[in-house]
Amino acid sequence: MSQTLRIGGAVGAGLRRAMEDDPKVILMGEDVGKLGGVFRVTDGLQKDFGEDRVIDTPLAESGILGTAIGLAIRGWRPVCEIQFNGFVYPAFDQIVCQLAKMHYRSQGTVPLPIVVRIPCGGGIGAVEHHSESPEAYFAHTAGLKVVSCSNSHDAYWMIQQAIASDDPVIFFEPLRRYQEKGEVDTSGDLSQAYPLFSTKVEREGDDATVVAWGSMVKVAHDAATAAAEEGRSLEVVNLRTLSPLDMEPVYASVRKTGRMVVVHEAPSNVGIGAEIAARVTQDCFYSLESPVLRVTGYDTPYPAARLEEEYLPDLDRVLDAVDRTFGY
Amino acid sequence: MVNGDQNRAGPKKKAARGRKKPAAAATGPVDMVQLLTPEGERVSHPEYDVDLSDQQYRDLYRDMVIVRRLDAEGTALQRQGQLGIWASLLGQEAAQIGSGRALAKQDMVFPTYREHGVLWTRDIDPIMPFGLFRGIDLGGWDSRKYRFQMYTIVIGAQSLHATGYAMGITKDGKVGGDDGEAVIAYFGDGASSQGDVNESFVWASVYNAPVVFFCQNNQYAISEPVIRQAKAPLYKRADGFGFPGVRVDGNDVLATLAVTTRAMDNARHGNGPTFIEAYTYRMGAHTTTDDPTRYRDSGEVEAWRAKDPVSRMRTFLERQSIADTDYFDGIDAEAQQHALDLRERVIALPDPEPGAIFDHVYSGGSPLVEREREEFQAYHASFEGSEH
Ligand SMILES: Cc1ncc(C[n+]2csc(CCOP(=O)(O)OP(=O)(O)O)c2C)c(N)n1
Repeated sequence: MSQTLRIGGAVGAGLRRAMEDDPKVILMGEDVGKLGGVFRVTDGLQKDFGEDRVIDTPLAESGILGTAIGLAIRGWRPVCEIQFNGFVYPAFDQIVCQLAKMHYRSQGTVPLPIVVRIPCGGGIGAVEHHSESPEAYFAHTAGLKVVSCSNSHDAYWMIQQAIASDDPVIFFEPLRRYQEKGEVDTSGDLSQAYPLFSTKVEREGDDATVVAWGSMVKVAHDAATAAAEEGRSLEVVNLRTLSPLDMEPVYASVRKTGRMVVVHEAPSNVGIGAEIAARVTQDCFYSLESPVLRVTGYDTPYPAARLEEEYLPDLDRVLDAVDRTFGY
Repeated sequence: MVNGDQNRAGPKKKAARGRKKPAAAATGPVDMVQLLTPEGERVSHPEYDVDLSDQQYRDLYRDMVIVRRLDAEGTALQRQGQLGIWASLLGQEAAQIGSGRALAKQDMVFPTYREHGVLWTRDIDPIMPFGLFRGIDLGGWDSRKYRFQMYTIVIGAQSLHATGYAMGITKDGKVGGDDGEAVIAYFGDGASSQGDVNESFVWASVYNAPVVFFCQNNQYAISEPVIRQAKAPLYKRADGFGFPGVRVDGNDVLATLAVTTRAMDNARHGNGPTFIEAYTYRMGAHTTTDDPTRYRDSGEVEAWRAKDPVSRMRTFLERQSIADTDYFDGIDAEAQQHALDLRERVIALPDPEPGAIFDHVYSGGSPLVEREREEFQAYHASFEGSEH
């Protein structure tokens, strides 16, 4: 069965189905209940599942994560919403020191099946702390899994798979794409869905590989379309999982094209693009025709909204980088 | 209403039985300092009072009318695409003007993102925060020069900054006399749940810091009513931390002025922190992106409209013959003029130069940022002359 859903609505539909399938799934966060979240992702869920399962929490992110950990120890499966990317930091200690390490410390006896949903990235003209891309902090921490959806179909299935995961999952949602529509095939079940921690080649090409995730996948596709008009064929790889990285599809692509550009909104310094570049250099050294290039946000604080267009990677910057891979 | 119930609960109930009802102050929770009722009637309080000249009464009214008008202009500018977002203070004028006018020149303010009224009382050009809301800067002013820190969007963070600043005042030996310095930290009812805010209470108490915590309980944190943050009245929390807490009618500019003046004086004389809960109501949306009809009904809003801070002051001035229609009309015209002037200047605010992205990341620059700046400039130069 196929349905047209916006990305935000697809996350909501996935949450709904997960709650129907498992009575232990609960949602917690600021304004997620009556309001349905500031992006309306949880719209209607409190009405249908009650205040016990869709919880408007006090305004304290450390509290949200800390109590979610207690609930998970007790056997619940909390899905925490962080209202905006820049507001996850009060919860950072609970995520990095507690959530990430409980399984390891308990010799595997205490899993923490918690999902932390974070609307991520910029491009909506917001004030500060609303447009950040903090994925590298979490990918850097062993014990956490980190994924990023970029279209409605993935949003619907990936959120359910994340909830089903016994490991904690940091789940990034591309906030500037929440309103974009896409087809969602809702038939089948989780076991038939494309695996969560798997990267996907979304467009085949021969001349260069463009790797992206979240909001930047669309930019990569647009770049590939534009490049095709100029006779250049780009392969678009949607990373989907940021930790663990699923490198085989990336290696296979680079071995074919010999050139790679990694695109992300987050700054470049010690970012996920650097990790990918290092691994590709190590494993595909003899296939590379040029260095791996990165197109990223700059290594500055996220700037004022009227500068964000200059700050964020766009089609032209991606094409420029692709051009440069042919200059070596 | 949820909040009224909350205040009637608890031990007070028992003591009240068979006792006389408190006089005119019964319009709000019984334990709330009030000097001016919603009907504009001047009432007394056993502990707090103000002794103001007619001119000072009129000035408080003028402040409130002007900041309300400027705030409406903020909302209008957002609607017309001139601002990315606006956080309205509508309904909270008395809390902000009363507390702001209680401050001495040497005092320091740590605001949230809604304190445009307090900013006005510091004699700062009201255009100052518009850069943030327009999206052309991230605040961009020197807080030490204005004795008014930049707006803080991360909920509660500034309460710790305020406390640390206050500790610095003590270390500098600037408390003790009438010329002592004190600090005021603003935050909302939602913020009262944050660890940062509770930690700031601990620090302020342990170090006897000259700081006043001014919580505008406007009944909502976006969609969540205050009952989601607290089951007991907020001001009672201070007790457990070891300093006084007081609830004031936040729609009463006189009471807010009286209570804040006392608290700031206590702080500047070395008597430590106070927690003030200004009981008020956010009449508008949380911000221009919010739709409050999703979570509260119009009956509640109307009940609070009857307690409006500006109209009660106007009634008082009229009844006491402190001001007449000519005066009120004059103030409205002046407020209108301020708004038009602000509007023109906001619209004229230029966009920043793109290269500004790379400025001020570090005090001495950095090789990485400078390299990126150069690449950025070269990249943009490559489009020059093309249609891009
Ligand atoms: C740490 C953090 N979490 C979440 C938010 C998103 N947010 C912005 S305002 C707000 C509600 C604040 O309520 P309150 O403290 O009562 O102040 P008010 O806006 O009502 O003046 C929330 C949740 C934020 N800015 N910072």
